[in-house]
Amino acid sequence: MKLAYWMYAGPAHIGTLRIASSFKNVHAIMHAPLGDDYFNVMRSMLERERDFTPVTASIVDRDVLARGSQEKVVDNITRKDLEEHPDLIVLTPTCTSSILQEDLQNFVDRAQLEAKGDVLLADVNHYRVNELQAADRTLQQIVEFYLHKARKKGDLPEGKTEQPSVNIIGISTLGFHNNHDRTELKRLMADLGIQINAIIPDAASVHELKNLPRAWFNLVPYRELGMMTARYLQENFDMPLVDITPMGIVETARCIRRIQQVLNQQGANVDYEPFIDEQTRFISQAAWFSRSIDCQNLTGKKAVVFGDNTHAAAMTKILSREMGIHVVLAGTYCKYDAEWFREQVGEYCDQVLISEDNAEIADAIARLEPAAIFGTQMERHVGKRLDIPCGVIAAPIHIQNFPVGYKPFVGYEGANQIVDLVYNSFTLGMEDHLLEIFGGHDTKEVITKAVSADSDLNWNREAMTELNKVPGFVRGKVKRNTEKFARDRGFNEITLEVMYAAKEAVGA
Amino acid sequence: MTADTQPQLNFDCETGNYHTFCPISCVAWLYQKIEDSFFLVIGTKTCGYFLQNAMGVMIFAEPRYAMAELEEGDISAQLNDYEELKRLCSQIKRDRNPSVIVWIGTCTTEIIKMDLEGLAPKLEAELGIPIVVARANGLDYAFTQGEDTVLAAMANRCPSQAPETEEAKADRNAIQKLLTFGRKKEEVQQEASEYVDHPPLVLFGSLPDPVVTNLTLELKKQGIKIDGWLPAKRFTELPVLQEGTYVVGVNPFLSRTATTLMRRRKCKLIGAPFPIGPDGTRAWIEKICSVFGIEPQGLAEREAQIWQGMEDYTQLIRGKSVFFMGDNLLEISLARFLIRCGMTVPEIGIPYMDKRYQGAELALLQKTCQDMGVPLPTIVEKPDNYNQLQRIQALHPDLVITGMAHANPLEARGINTKWSVEFTFAQIHGFTNARDILELVTRPLRRNHALKDLGWEKLVREEATV
Repeated sequence: MKLAYWMYAGPAHIGTLRIASSFKNVHAIMHAPLGDDYFNVMRSMLERERDFTPVTASIVDRDVLARGSQEKVVDNITRKDLEEHPDLIVLTPTCTSSILQEDLQNFVDRAQLEAKGDVLLADVNHYRVNELQAADRTLQQIVEFYLHKARKKGDLPEGKTEQPSVNIIGISTLGFHNNHDRTELKRLMADLGIQINAIIPDAASVHELKNLPRAWFNLVPYRELGMMTARYLQENFDMPLVDITPMGIVETARCIRRIQQVLNQQGANVDYEPFIDEQTRFISQAAWFSRSIDCQNLTGKKAVVFGDNTHAAAMTKILSREMGIHVVLAGTYCKYDAEWFREQVGEYCDQVLISEDNAEIADAIARLEPAAIFGTQMERHVGKRLDIPCGVIAAPIHIQNFPVGYKPFVGYEGANQIVDLVYNSFTLGMEDHLLEIFGGHDTKEVITKAVSADSDLNWNREAMTELNKVPGFVRGKVKRNTEKFARDRGFNEITLEVMYAAKEAVGA
Repeated sequence: MTADTQPQLNFDCETGNYHTFCPISCVAWLYQKIEDSFFLVIGTKTCGYFLQNAMGVMIFAEPRYAMAELEEGDISAQLNDYEELKRLCSQIKRDRNPSVIVWIGTCTTEIIKMDLEGLAPKLEAELGIPIVVARANGLDYAFTQGEDTVLAAMANRCPSQAPETEEAKADRNAIQKLLTFGRKKEEVQQEASEYVDHPPLVLFGSLPDPVVTNLTLELKKQGIKIDGWLPAKRFTELPVLQEGTYVVGVNPFLSRTATTLMRRRKCKLIGAPFPIGPDGTRAWIEKICSVFGIEPQGLAEREAQIWQGMEDYTQLIRGKSVFFMGDNLLEISLARFLIRCGMTVPEIGIPYMDKRYQGAELALLQKTCQDMGVPLPTIVEKPDNYNQLQRIQALHPDLVITGMAHANPLEARGINTKWSVEFTFAQIHGFTNARDILELVTRPLRRNHALKDLGWEKLVREEATV
């Protein structure tokens, strides 16, 4: 048993559902008790999704617990197959139902006899892997399933596309700024003259999966999601893999150079150096920012970075190499992939912290007293308590990570966005200090106080206590309305009764 | 017309695939309500991630709420449950020193048959801190019923007689008084002289403090004194329950608590409609008065006055229809109030229907429909959400009160929605707050009115299937 207050990565079934519901026309059936199906709420609310989330819970209740699922799961699969005609139905248990040890594979086999679409059991251990690992595994499982199927049917297309082309692997629903990164990567590929063969799993059809081997290479922008698929394709279809995250000016260039190498090895003759140079020196604002006087003022400032492997590593490199900021600590919660992280950030920071315990990170931040933090929502919260500004750079996702405007993290536009994030984090911090020194310039609050001090009305103790329970941002309004009401009716003292009567009268 | 010839409410149970929040959600409001408590949810990552992500409580609740996350060793019974819980609870006691630790059992503790009720007394004795066990699991309960499991467990902890005199108590609390120096006493002062002499009355259901004060005042106007609330603001102040103490619920999802109070504590339950809406509040007060033989004073005027004050809002919804998909068990009370406002209700989905505990509310619903001359709604227990969406598409109601998962997709198809969960968290009880219910209900209509000239009703491409 572990005392936990916060989780950086969700449970395994969330990863599986993120993959299933990212695909077009794929439905997921959860074998789960009531309440475990909050994935639908997350997707609908966070992604502000217009369509119904294609996930249905086959409810495990006391009855199922006593007698087993019997026909329930099979019926729910075949029912959904009839109702929505999905290409694929993925069945997944949750942490809870996985310990029931029902033979879910048997349910899938039986449902497959009747269902027109494909049926698949997500093969994930719910107590050993987290959301990220499960997503990685489920994507690979689905890809393998369809490539295997196509091969058996002799349906696998031969050869490569005529023009250089890419599969972008790992863009998914409920990913950190994934929707914006998707657009930016498409733009980048278009600039490089590379066709998009497929983007998976986001908005992809499972029928297109058999065409994956036609691409010249696979690009995996996030280390957490897509590596298993890309390695599978590398081993079985000899497809080259580019796994350099194009985040920040330097790494974007390194990613493009690697792509160039991969393409030229296959007989293309591309030279991306002029493009990289043009983007770096003249188009992107990020490289110019590094040389500007604003950035000079950031030199040597202390920062703590914490997040998933991809974002924490990239951010550490950007702060250290591209802005001259002193990263005193770089950390990740991806414990299962810690070696890679150490290797990546070792030379760019004073210390490395690998931990899933939010208190350990909070303590380190308090001890190190950095000028800014770049972390998750949890570190933002810690920063608030310690009065240290924090830019959010990684999941766990939050409604704020789904801005309506265009805010990618990858590519050249992503580099610009990161500059804004860094610069605003630090300057806001500085503003705070100035405000402290000069006592602020917003005197509204003081005036309000003066006005209410003149009030001729007497609030009795209970009413005053009640007023103090009203949330601060409307308290002034409630007070004014109540006093106006009392004056109109000629009350000298404001009691609880007067307060409620006022509320009823004003309707506020 | 005799009762037999009146149209009867139509009950249906779909036992379908439906969604509500997990009952462990109750932690989100109960830890705030019971100020000296600590809630320990014993479950998996799935439970923890729900509270963190869907409910967003974890980060703010940190000091008085935590997960005991079950790991592989716990599931396969390689670890000793008692030792594990002892380790965690000792740490909680050391770090936070709460007056009570509430263990929230989950689906997982049910499935692995962890004997929480057996372990708690032993650990309680060893650590010297009360441990209350509530099995707020999704196998047996839906959303708000989590509170029911906690209150039912706490009902067993209420003292059966006042432990000591007020003076002695004040004396013992001298240090606490010092610590809370300057903080004024918040409860409404209850002077004995203003009250009718009646048997002790305890109210059950967790409401925010302002609503507690509000209902206390309403009953005070009738000369009725509330002897305590379950839950109280502090665990140490749980109400005294004696044989024959009268109890009345403020929420429709507390049937287990009601049963526990009657069977285990020998209390007398006052079965009343719930104090939601001016009609419900009046009926609730009248019922309590009638039990105590009190002639209620000025209630009709009070109700009329509240209706008067809401006329601008009721105008907006009169003649319109509202469909309840079912989520928090407040559905019957809300539907009854909205029908009284002039709306029609084709369907009330509800996760669980206790016809006895909600009996008075159901009777009032039926009467309200007759008074207003509208058809009786169909009440669908454990509805199938997919089937409901088909019915919504066919009926095209003016408003759908639904869980968060379906709101955006329905809005995108031109159907007005309101989150059911808002009614769980908003202050909706009593006369004064009735307007706040309509504030919520009319908001989508007012929003659409504000945007009506833009012509942006449907924001999905084809007639999307639901």
